[in-house]
Order: sequence, then C-alpha cells, then structure tokens
Amino acid sequence: MNDLPETPRRILSQLEVLESEAIYIIREVVAEIERPAMMFSGGKDSIVMLHLARKAFAPARVPFPILHVDTGHNFPEVLAFRDKVVEQLELNLVVGSVQDAIDRGVVREEPNGSRNRIQTPVLLETAEKYGFNALLGGARRDEEKARAKERVFSFRDEFGQWDPKKQRPELWNLFNAKVHLGESIRVFPLSNWTELDIWEYIAAEGIEVPSIYYAHEREVFERNGMLFAANDLCRPTAGEETKVESVRYRTVGDATLTAAVRSQANTVQLVLEEVASTRITERGATRGDDRVSEAAMEDRKKEGYF
Amino acid sequence: MDLLRFATAGSVDDGKSTLIGRLLYDSKSIFSDQLEGVERASRDMGSEYTELSLLTDGLRAEREQGITIDVAYRYFATPVRKFIIADTPGHIQYTRNMVTGASTADLAIVLVDARKGLVEQSRRHAFLVSLLQVPHLVLAINKMDLVGYSQQVFEEIRRDFTEFAAKLRIADLTVIPVSALHGDNVVDRSASMPWYEGASLLNHLENVYIASDRNLVDGRFPVQHVIRPHSHAHHDYRGYAGRIAGGVMRTGDEVIVLPSGLPSRISAIETADGPLDEAFAPMSVTVRLEDDIDISRGDMICRPHNQPKVSQDIEAMVAWMGETPLRAGQKLTIKHTTRTTRAFVKSMHYELDVNTLHRNESSVELGLNAIGRVSLRTTTPLLTDEYRRNRETGGFVLIDEHTHNTVGAGMIV
Repeated sequence: MNDLPETPRRILSQLEVLESEAIYIIREVVAEIERPAMMFSGGKDSIVMLHLARKAFAPARVPFPILHVDTGHNFPEVLAFRDKVVEQLELNLVVGSVQDAIDRGVVREEPNGSRNRIQTPVLLETAEKYGFNALLGGARRDEEKARAKERVFSFRDEFGQWDPKKQRPELWNLFNAKVHLGESIRVFPLSNWTELDIWEYIAAEGIEVPSIYYAHEREVFERNGMLFAANDLCRPTAGEETKVESVRYRTVGDATLTAAVRSQANTVQLVLEEVASTRITERGATRGDDRVSEAAMEDRKKEGYF
Repeated sequence: MDLLRFATAGSVDDGKSTLIGRLLYDSKSIFSDQLEGVERASRDMGSEYTELSLLTDGLRAEREQGITIDVAYRYFATPVRKFIIADTPGHIQYTRNMVTGASTADLAIVLVDARKGLVEQSRRHAFLVSLLQVPHLVLAINKMDLVGYSQQVFEEIRRDFTEFAAKLRIADLTVIPVSALHGDNVVDRSASMPWYEGASLLNHLENVYIASDRNLVDGRFPVQHVIRPHSHAHHDYRGYAGRIAGGVMRTGDEVIVLPSGLPSRISAIETADGPLDEAFAPMSVTVRLEDDIDISRGDMICRPHNQPKVSQDIEAMVAWMGETPLRAGQKLTIKHTTRTTRAFVKSMHYELDVNTLHRNESSVELGLNAIGRVSLRTTTPLLTDEYRRNRETGGFVLIDEHTHNTVGAGMIV
C-alpha cells in the first residue's frame, strides 16, 4: 500500500533469521522470567549465545548473571577467555565449582576420572542457591538425537529432570514460560543453529573464540581412535605414544574427555571450510562422554544435565 | 542463502523416514558416525536393512518400541538453501504433533503410498496443512516403483487429491511422483518416469518462492521488552524491543500505540549494529518514539490507518492438546503475540471431523487432538488479525492455569 514503486528485496539470510529468532528468545526469557541466568562454558556456542544476549539488550548491559560450572578440568586458554569477557562486558559471574562439591562430599569422583556426569548436581545446586528458575544454554538440536526432540523452552521438574514424554507443545513463536515454585525452564536460543551456522556467524560478526579452536601444535596421544592432549589432567598410559601434531578442538568440554582433531585450519575461514566438508559430527569426533551408549545424552538430560 | 522450514507428514508405512533419510543422504547431510550408529542399532534390533528411521527416532522408548513419539528437527543445507525439517509422526498424537510442526513451516510434504492412493490420513494431513495455513503443499506420491512407475496411477491420485483440496484453502499445491527407496525424483529427476516433466523434490524445495509469503503490508510491532539502561551514558534512553510481526516500519513513520490509541512518530529503529532506515518482519529491533508515552510489554505499535482489531471477544478454531477436554465455562491463560492474559470459554460452536470436514454442532467438548470452533472472552483486549492474514498476530496458545501445560492452539477467524 505505502510501498514505494521499486520495492527493495526484503529477504533475510539464514543467519539473519537465526539471529533474530535467538534475540527474540533471549528477550522473551527476560520479559517472562524473574531470575534467569545464562550458562557459559567458554565454548563457541556459549560465546555466540552471549554475543546475542549483548545485542538483544544494547545499549543496556546483559541483564542476567552468567553461570559457569567449573569442572576443574579446564583448558587454561578457556578460563582466561572467560575472565576477559566477564571484565569487558561487565558481567555478573557466578561459579559452581565441582572441585568444591567433591571436597564437601556432595558428589564423588567417577572411576574414569571424568567430571561430566557429576557436574549436573553442581549445576542444580548452584541454580538453587541463587534462585535461578531459568537457565539459558547453548545446546543445538543438530548436536545429538535426543536434543533434536527437545523444546526451545524445556520444562524441568523440581529435580531439574527432563521428561521427553511430557514436553509442552511449542507452536509458532509463543513460548510457555510458566512454572510452579521449584520447577524450572532450560532455554536454548541456538536450537535451530548447526555447527556450520555457528562458524559462519563467528566469521560474519568477527567474534573472538579461545585459541584452542584454531590449529596449533600440541603434544597428543591416541586413545579409542581419538586424539587427546597429554597434560596433567590426561596422561598417556603405557603403550600410548605421544607426539606433537597440528590439531584444533571442535568442542570444549571436560578437558579429560574432549579430544582434538588433526587440522591445519588456523584462521576462521579455514575452519569454515573444514567444518563444511567434514563427514563426522562434532560430538562423534571429539566427545568421549557421548560414546557410552546410544542414549547417553538422553540419560544425562533426564538427570538434569543441560 | 535463505532458509526454508518444512514439515513432513505421513506414517512410517508411507516411507516418510526413508524419504527424509534419502534427502539427507543424497544431499550428503548424514555424517559417517551417524550412519555407523544407525547401522549398528539396526543390527542390534535384528533388522536386515539399515533402518533410516533410526536417524530421527532418537529417544530410548522410540528405539525400544519402534515408534516416533515427538516432533524431531533435522537440518541440512544445499548450496542454494538451508533447510529445517520438522518431522512429525503420523500415528501417536498426530494432531498435536502436526499442528506443532506445521505452525512455523513454509511448506509441508504429505506422503501417500501409490499402491493405496488417498487414505483417511492423507486427507487429515492436508486439512491440517490448510488449517495452519502452511503456504506451500507438496503431495509426494511415493513407492512409484511398486506400481510400475505408472503415469495412470499418478494421475488418478492427483485428480482425487485436487478434488479434495478444492474444499480446503491451499494456496500452492505441487504433486511429485517419487520412490524414496530408489531415489527417483527425490534429488535427481527419474529416468523411470519420463512422462513426469516437473522438478525433483529437492529441486522444488530449493526453488519454491517464499519471499512473498510473509505479510509485509500490515505494520505490526508487538512490544516485547522495554530497554532502559540505567547508566550515565544512556540516561534518558527508552527503547521498545521486539520482533516485527508484520509489515515494514520506517524511521519517521507516524504510528499509533495500541490499546491506548496514543499517536507518535518513530524517531529511530536501532540494532546493536547501528540504526536502520527501515525494518521488516521477522527482524528483531529496538524502536524508539518521539514522544514519551507509557508503553509496556504486550502493547502494539502500528500505523494509524492500518490497525489490528482490538477486542476482548475472540472467535477461533482451536486444536485441543489437553488431557482433560475443553468445555464452555472453562478459564485458561492465553498467550497471543507478547501479551498474556486470561480467557473464559464462552461457547463451543462445533467440533470438526478432520477426516470428513463434517461439523458436529451437538458436540459439547473438545477432547485430546480434537479441533473445533470456539468463542472466548479475554480479561484484557487482544490486538489481533485474522490468522489467514497473518500467522503471527492471528495465532495464540492456551495454557492450563493449574498445571501450566500448553493445552491448546488457536487460530483467529
């Protein structure tokens, strides 16, 4: 009606649509939920999510605390990155420490030394301590088949547990954020993003990510067909030979369980090309925690994992 | 590169999982570790074939019982487009799942088995696609290999379907003969059906024109959140954050704020990347106005000469998803755009038989997965358009006040 004679092309790219959707979701959380927090691991997905949160409320500051569950099994580059971002964006950082929970006897170290499973009670305890009733997480549906069926606003009972059979229908962009006291919601603004979208967005926006995502020389050894960094947290056993290789990390998790991939991609453009042509999913390539069984992720989510 | 969201409807028997598997596989979107996992799980189940349905059936109960419980989202891309598939199961909770998957879809694929032709389920799926106003429908006539790639069979099913679809509001229908098992007309044109001159399914998905599907005429900006930085640098800053639900907004536009009716003018459209001259649906922006007026979440900014209906009386088709039936007299929470209020069910007019489209006016309640025409009265006015004019400002959800579950999806008529 009021349109000018020559109508401009009003089509958004897939990244613009995904960005708009994520900003809408993050704003919806702040508008509807009293005490939300955003989970931040220092991994690329949580960095992108935080970037979107900053954009959603500019010129105001990010209006919720950032929650880091510190497994104690960290890549030093990632911790340093976290502290830098917190300072730059003047964020309120809350840390739940797995080591502290072990010392207090709240959780017990697992026989295999991984702290992936025992970080769940620490996450739940920290959320309860601060009264957070919504946690924003950077999980994506393309990562794993249980996640492919999870809602954007994922309802959790008073034990933080996910029940895949009792999910709320999610229609249009109308998200139901209502909970009773004690119950909570996990919200995943990046649900519809793929690993490739994340990297395209990092490239397009010039977002800084920890250096371990780019190819670098590292002393590694092979275990179960995966490449692990040899360091204090993860020592090769007899028969596991270490050598220096050019590697990069596709995911950042518990440093004892997260493997590197052989790579020469030392710039964002090269990483993009590598991700676009890879034939293995990022979790399949690098995560010991998802190799336990077909339903490893589903089982952890039911216990309250994000 | 743009984005196409599509929903698939049909049961396992129609070869839906095989079709999706074929699209993913032939477009090189299945990763080798995923395929190995599926092959391993297929062997463990004692199956002789690689069960491509296991790619989407990810939950433990689904694997154990060989059923699909919930809508699964899948992602793939070609050099032309990125795709999001909402894969909706055909049997269990079909209405709930299909309505959910179709609500955000640009296109829906309904599958039929060429040997069986149109069955009750095909009609039901087509009806739900039209009810949810999915702009494009593809009828994929599958298992053409089992009818000798017969043009006659194809034409008969197409005729039957076109006749049925004439009763529905379907804007764009494309019929494609395929064999998901052998890949005929899925990614590449089939050599077995030279009589078919149309595009392959993937080719159609890549090229279907979706830019005009959004409403870019009626300017609608539901206020989602008010940004006030409380900082020295931005002392008096006040911005209205939200996602444009329709039309185009421009800096300098005269606007009216509803429901207050107060007029103003857009002084700036802002994003974290800088100001914009114009913004359109579905962009997330922050709108600032020249006048300091009281605006909060749930209000709507629009143009003075193109306003939505402001009313407490809502007429709608409701798809019911609650365990206990919907009845007149019930009170519910209603969420429409960014506004949440309470609604009272004034009356139920009829229940629709989704198979025959018959209106049962003697029905007094809507059970789980039923669809019917309902009148609601809300405690505060809603700012609405007809669903067929704008899915964003015409759709709402109903929430149980006690359990807080989402129990209904409404489409304003």
